[in-house]
Amino acid sequence: MKPKPNSNLGHILSEQESGILNDWMTLQRSAGTRRADLINDAELHRQSKEFLSAFRQGVSSGKLDDIHAGDWAAARDIVADIARNRVRMGFTPSETATFIFSLKEPLFRAIDGDGMKDELWTITTLLDKLGLFTTEVYQKSREEIIQKQQREVLELSTPVVKLWDGILALPLIGTLDSERTQVVMESLLQSIVETGAGIAIIDITGVPTVDTLVAQHLLKTVAAARLMGAECIISGIRPQIAATIVHLGVELGAVITKATLADAFSLALKRTGQTIQRGRQDSAQEAGRGTYSDS
Amino acid sequence: MEHIPILKMGEFLLVSIQVDMHDRLAMTLQEDLTERIVKARARGVLIDISSLDVVDSFIGRMLGHIAAMSRILDAETVVVGMRPAVAITLVELGLSLPGIRTALNVEKGMDLLRKASRQNHRESGGHRVPAQG
Amino acid sequence: MSLLRAETMPVRSDSDVVQVRQHVRAWAVEQGFGLVDQTKIVTAASELARNALVYGGGGTVRLEALNDGMRKGLRLTFEDHGPGIADLEMAMKDGYTTGTGLGLGLSGAKRLSNEFELHSTLGEGTRVTITRWK
Repeated sequence: MKPKPNSNLGHILSEQESGILNDWMTLQRSAGTRRADLINDAELHRQSKEFLSAFRQGVSSGKLDDIHAGDWAAARDIVADIARNRVRMGFTPSETATFIFSLKEPLFRAIDGDGMKDELWTITTLLDKLGLFTTEVYQKSREEIIQKQQREVLELSTPVVKLWDGILALPLIGTLDSERTQVVMESLLQSIVETGAGIAIIDITGVPTVDTLVAQHLLKTVAAARLMGAECIISGIRPQIAATIVHLGVELGAVITKATLADAFSLALKRTGQTIQRGRQDSAQEAGRGTYSDS
Repeated sequence: MEHIPILKMGEFLLVSIQVDMHDRLAMTLQEDLTERIVKARARGVLIDISSLDVVDSFIGRMLGHIAAMSRILDAETVVVGMRPAVAITLVELGLSLPGIRTALNVEKGMDLLRKASRQNHRESGGHRVPAQG
Repeated sequence: MSLLRAETMPVRSDSDVVQVRQHVRAWAVEQGFGLVDQTKIVTAASELARNALVYGGGGTVRLEALNDGMRKGLRLTFEDHGPGIADLEMAMKDGYTTGTGLGLGLSGAKRLSNEFELHSTLGEGTRVTITRWK
């Protein structure tokens, strides 16, 4: 009776596990890709042992062609953990995949013998799939980091302030990149809807430079606000930025601009039919009597 | 055939577009409104698009036509409730809705209509008899 | 690049255009697009679907959900067997229309998309493909 293909593989892995592990460690230690700066010997040994064990578990499940089958779940989790750890350690996705692929050599040596062609092929394809799987894990965790950072950026850079009834202000600070500007502008438009404010002042006093893309986003926001039924005033345009705008040939058209936030606020009040009147000034001394002394 | 309901509020007509209209329905609305403006001798039309999550060039053109026809019939049109995502997309699309007045919500839109129709009334110097319908 | 899902829809009536908008919205949501990106591609789809119906005599749209490893995308291919476009350059100009539209369909759809491809043969038909990436 012809032996079932690959029936030997699980058997060999169990029997020779420690031998294979030692062999593998020796090979890794002498490899040019050792990266002793990122991982020490003890930790490398631990990861290798863990992976070899996971591999054996998967193989003994019997399913040798699909690492996404249920039987491989436990093994996959271990591999994913190793991959995530390596992300944190600073390994590149290629280095992590290479770590997986490097198990081929010791395994091939262990199954050396005639009639083992099937086993050879199985080892190769399984390790290929697992190596590629680590790359996917890598990408997914990078994506999660980026999304988390994006959310943080969103929280930090959407400081829409209500200056007065019907008047909002958006004081922008720092360098604006295209993505941040878009996020912030959408948030401004949303605030306009939520508060029903007829005027929004976008103050760019704190913005050192403005490039064409950012200028275009600003203009698009003003246009969008107008379509919705609100007006925008751009204030805080410093001489350098004014020069850049002219130099870039950006057409401001009907967009209202003011040099200072104060001027913009004053205009906004007029536009909304409001005025601020000077009333009786409270005496500062009266208010602070008996609460502190200067000496 | 379906029709989008048109409400009468004093001398103004109010339309709230709540469904994703197919083109024929939009054309029907245009016709219905024109008819109602004449019948009711309305001074203004308020179109609430706060439920619309998409406004394409066809709807944009419809709104423009409604505004133009109303004007000929001596009524003002105000479009209210445009969503930010829609506004941003329209700007990108290159649709500027010329000749269409907009306001953030129904309240502000009605304010705008009242102001505009008062101005109209003064300018035309006549006495308008509001009709039933 | 991998194709996650594909579907072809008819564009032969007014209500088909509405269906296309709704399907594109659902697919965009599934691909994780933000609200503004969703609105952009749905609006572009509406323009192109209408073009296929009104100028192309009806046609189909193929929706494809993509993943190029780094990001997810949505590709829409509108195809009709109508008269085709006589002057491609003019057709892409804002405001140009051979009908009663605003002339923003093709140029607008291009502006609202990350990738845009237009093929047209007189007497045979037109194919427009737009792609938006997350």
